[in-house]
Amino acid sequence: MQSRALELLVGFFFCLGVAAIFILTFKVASVNGVGSGPAYRVVATFENIGGLKNGSAVTLAGVKIGRVRDIVIDRATFEARATLEIAAEYDNIPKDTIAKILTAGLLGEQYVGLEPGGDEQSLKDGDTIRLTQSAVVLENLIGQFLAGKAQEGAK
Amino acid sequence: MAPTSTDNALVRVRGLHFGFGRRVIFDGMDLDLRRGQVTALMGPSGTGKTTLLRLIGGQYRPHRGSIAFDGQDVHRLSRAKLLELRKRMGIMFQNGALLTDLSVYENVAFPLREHTRLPESMIRDLVLLKLDAVGLRGARHLFPDQLSGGMARRVAMARAVALDPALVMYDEPLTGLDPISMGVAMRLIRTLNDALGLTSIIVSHDVPETLSISDYAYIVSNGKVVAAGTPEQVKSSGSEWAQQFLKGQPDGPVRFHYDNSDYGADLMRKALA
Amino acid sequence: MKKAIDILAEFLRGVGQAQYFLAATLAATPRALAKPHLIAQQIYSVGVLSMVITVISGMFIGMVLGLQGYRTLVGFGAEESLGVFVALVVVRELGPVVTALLFAGRAGSALTAEIGLMRATDQLSAMEMMAVDPMQRVVAPRFFAGFVAMPLLAAIFCVMAIGIAGGYAIGVELLGVDAGSYWSQIRAQVEMDDIWNGVVKSLVFGAVVSWIAVFQGYHAAPNSEGVSRATRNTVVMSSLAILALDFVLTAFMFKID
Repeated sequence: MQSRALELLVGFFFCLGVAAIFILTFKVASVNGVGSGPAYRVVATFENIGGLKNGSAVTLAGVKIGRVRDIVIDRATFEARATLEIAAEYDNIPKDTIAKILTAGLLGEQYVGLEPGGDEQSLKDGDTIRLTQSAVVLENLIGQFLAGKAQEGAK
Repeated sequence: MAPTSTDNALVRVRGLHFGFGRRVIFDGMDLDLRRGQVTALMGPSGTGKTTLLRLIGGQYRPHRGSIAFDGQDVHRLSRAKLLELRKRMGIMFQNGALLTDLSVYENVAFPLREHTRLPESMIRDLVLLKLDAVGLRGARHLFPDQLSGGMARRVAMARAVALDPALVMYDEPLTGLDPISMGVAMRLIRTLNDALGLTSIIVSHDVPETLSISDYAYIVSNGKVVAAGTPEQVKSSGSEWAQQFLKGQPDGPVRFHYDNSDYGADLMRKALA
Repeated sequence: MKKAIDILAEFLRGVGQAQYFLAATLAATPRALAKPHLIAQQIYSVGVLSMVITVISGMFIGMVLGLQGYRTLVGFGAEESLGVFVALVVVRELGPVVTALLFAGRAGSALTAEIGLMRATDQLSAMEMMAVDPMQRVVAPRFFAGFVAMPLLAAIFCVMAIGIAGGYAIGVELLGVDAGSYWSQIRAQVEMDDIWNGVVKSLVFGAVVSWIAVFQGYHAAPNSEGVSRATRNTVVMSSLAILALDFVLTAFMFKID
């Protein structure tokens, strides 16, 4: 048996396969561990979440730092309560941070953008973000625009 | 017809019943393999000769009756004990059953590598010794698909005796061999048996060749032994059945026709249908 | 009616046998692992020998996706997203599925034929009579090798399809999508979870194809017709199993996501 050649080929195959998995992990996937490493959860309440979904991104200054994990209706206020999971390494986000629901591009997916405030205290697991801005609903926007035009016309 | 002397038996089969589904293969069979002897087991195809070898090896379980190997009941052993026991049996299958992905050398070395922790140099010595005994030392680098039928069986013989077993079983060692290879194989079975102090059983339907090298012979039919004894005794056996088999007569107790319903009636039935 | 019941009973018996066979294979695996050279040999025959077909198929699938994706995306002015399109389709779906289908055709059928032939030529019986457990010596190493080789092949397939020789070649080199945005879009949109889902799928497919292949081979009728039927069964059953399982796994993965 030419066991040397065989072992060589098997070793080559193995390394190639493992290398391929590494390429997929580092070159293809966003490796900065969002959604897999340790994380903490905060809650934000929105009047309207628009097209936000489970798994939508949570960003800070445009950088993805977490994702939406759960969306439920608050039975008392009829508002949407979104649970945001934020990677544990971003542990110094001020308490008075504003959570906005934004849209990627004109028609793209919606995501939660965080705008940090100036509070000394940071958000911790289980905290609630008080300041929020709901999704911009296109129909409402068009309605406002038309109303504005109508007023202009009336002047 | 049961054998009389049983003192010296390595394998003792008593009251063996076995079958596949509704087909009965053995219906109360008694048989002894005496130590140091070559025993022949003969009968037409389909009488379960190969099945008997598998029963002795513990691959099948008898429905009733017992098979004892060196005093141990083969089918009452735990799996581990059975595997231990199998190391003391060598078997040569009909076409050799060599492992096709291994060379001749590795085939013979296979049982040694699996069951011993011998150093490579010792394995080499043993393998070459066995291969030399079957005259194929020079063919050790070949692969099974490069061997002729006779050579493949000789390699299988070398493999069967690789672990120096107590019992060697040959399943149709001669079928399909040319006369020269047949002669070689026959002589080898005898010399291996005598030189290594083995006990051998040959399952075969090549009557004259097998009888010429056996010490004792059984002829089986319908799950029972119909004649037993030394080759001479068997040849002069009074059993009508044994005579038909030994002389190769087309009709006798074994019918030429598979189904013996009346031919005329069969034709009539078809005409009516 | 009675015939239908017989067929059903035979089917159930086959399923039961296969379960039992899998348990026996898994039980024999630890001892089979004690002989790494046997595993290496099997990884060679199921993995290394399947590599060429995997690489070539990966390239072509990647190129086709590049062309098709470009035509669709360019209508929305979104051809920058070509990379994401190719990467997601390949990593989540086509990588594991197509590799598994190729694997079933190339390695699975060979496994079945090899074991079936060993059965037909009494090699398995001979091993048993030499006190060597064929489950441990023949079946377990092949099963394990298939299980290990499949994810590696799928990963190679994905890299070929997305990378230099596949989607990239068509999108960037031929159609002029910006190389930077090809990669950056991929990295921005493909999640680690997508990769893991692909790996899980290919592990499952590898195990199932190997399981079907060794089972069919081991239980093949010991003659040439039996071996050819078992080989055909392996390819048909593996392919159906891959596609059905892909649906189940995909549905399951969307749920937990």
